[in-house]
Amino acid sequence: MLAYLVAVWLLLIGLYGVITSRHLVHLVLCLGVMQASTYVLLLAIGWRIDAQAPIYVDIPPRARVVDPVVQALTLTDVVVEATVVAVLLALSVQAHKRFGTCDPDALGALRG
Amino acid sequence: MTVLQTVCLLAVAVAGTATVLTRDPLRQAVTAGGFGVTLSVLFLAFAAPDVALSQIVVAGIAVPVMVLLALAKIRTLDRAKEREQEDAP
Amino acid sequence: MSVRARLVLGLGSLAALGALLVWAVAGLPDFGHPRGPYAVLAPQIVLNERHVANAVTGVNFDLRGFDTLGEELILFVAALGATVLLRAQRAERAVEDAQEAEERRAAGTTDALRALGAAIVGPMVLLGIYVVVHGALTPGGGFQGGVILAGALLLVYTAGQVVAVQRVRPVSLVEVTDAAGAAAYTLVALAGLVFGVAVMDNVLPIGTTGSLLSGGFVPVLSIAVGVEVTAGVTLILSEFVDQMLLHGGGRREEG
Repeated sequence: MLAYLVAVWLLLIGLYGVITSRHLVHLVLCLGVMQASTYVLLLAIGWRIDAQAPIYVDIPPRARVVDPVVQALTLTDVVVEATVVAVLLALSVQAHKRFGTCDPDALGALRG
Repeated sequence: MTVLQTVCLLAVAVAGTATVLTRDPLRQAVTAGGFGVTLSVLFLAFAAPDVALSQIVVAGIAVPVMVLLALAKIRTLDRAKEREQEDAP
Repeated sequence: MSVRARLVLGLGSLAALGALLVWAVAGLPDFGHPRGPYAVLAPQIVLNERHVANAVTGVNFDLRGFDTLGEELILFVAALGATVLLRAQRAERAVEDAQEAEERRAAGTTDALRALGAAIVGPMVLLGIYVVVHGALTPGGGFQGGVILAGALLLVYTAGQVVAVQRVRPVSLVEVTDAAGAAAYTLVALAGLVFGVAVMDNVLPIGTTGSLLSGGFVPVLSIAVGVEVTAGVTLILSEFVDQMLLHGGGRREEG
């Protein structure tokens, strides 16, 4: 239960950081904290008591293992969302070039 | 729920809060890296070595480098603008 | 709306969202007792029918291979997006300035840094290739190994090697590699059609568990993803580095 609550807490604190952010790069890193909350939730769902990692190299084929499906989802998620962070950082660099500031409150509307 | 998992979960919650509450982006790059490594220890405590490996690699190599490069670029843009404003009048 | 009002509204909404989420997670199965049938079934299928020792990689590239195709293409598009956003028009003068600034930086790198970089790069590349190829046997696979290899290339840059800023060729090697990796994955996925079975059906011979060639096309897909992730991450990082260099490090202005 603590694992689920920590995931909810990370989501809320990350969202608070996004709402009250004064710098675009700070906003992107708070988004990263929100992404981490989904990883924690997925892995917490898949964990089984007294179970081992799902690698069958040295454990017998009938051993109790944790859920590999959620691990597969989380694994690709981690790498892919890092590249999404890259796109967001590129956007914030372009926003700074365009508007001269990195403050979300001071960014104006797009001018044609 | 083992003691190790409880300790790791609390460490992750504290590290996440610290990352959000660090306002300066340059310092936040460091706390975000620490948060990433703490998260990978939590993944190991959850019997997920693949996920921990990719989290270590991504949060230790890829994300801090991109953040630092973006911040360096923003700083050179600021400096160029300051120099233009000095030359103008 | 003033900042104060926005903050109050934000905190109120967060509290409400938090209450709803806590109510939602209270309804999940007890921690440690997952209920899903796939949790028990998937490792058995992957081990017995596909002879893959690492159940996570087996699920990633075989049972749920279609999803991994989608995720890999997200990565490809994100690299494309970062390139489009950052690759602006470059004046010739700006390129030359950046080249000179880079050479000054490279010449000034300390010997200790160069020696350390040279010593670590070899083992790091080897580790990356090992992790990519042994995805079916040990924790690892294309995604992790790809980022390790991209990190090795980044280490080469950091330890003092000059990065080529000019893009005289319209399509560079990194971009070709990125596209090749993505195309390889798609072609292997479509190979099922060539062999007369469904798309993404495992058609290569399935070896014995624990050997390097086990799992049919799982190692092949792992290598394709490894190539694509390496090239994609390197492309993103090199775009950022070029952007940082092209204004001469604050010494000269754009022409």
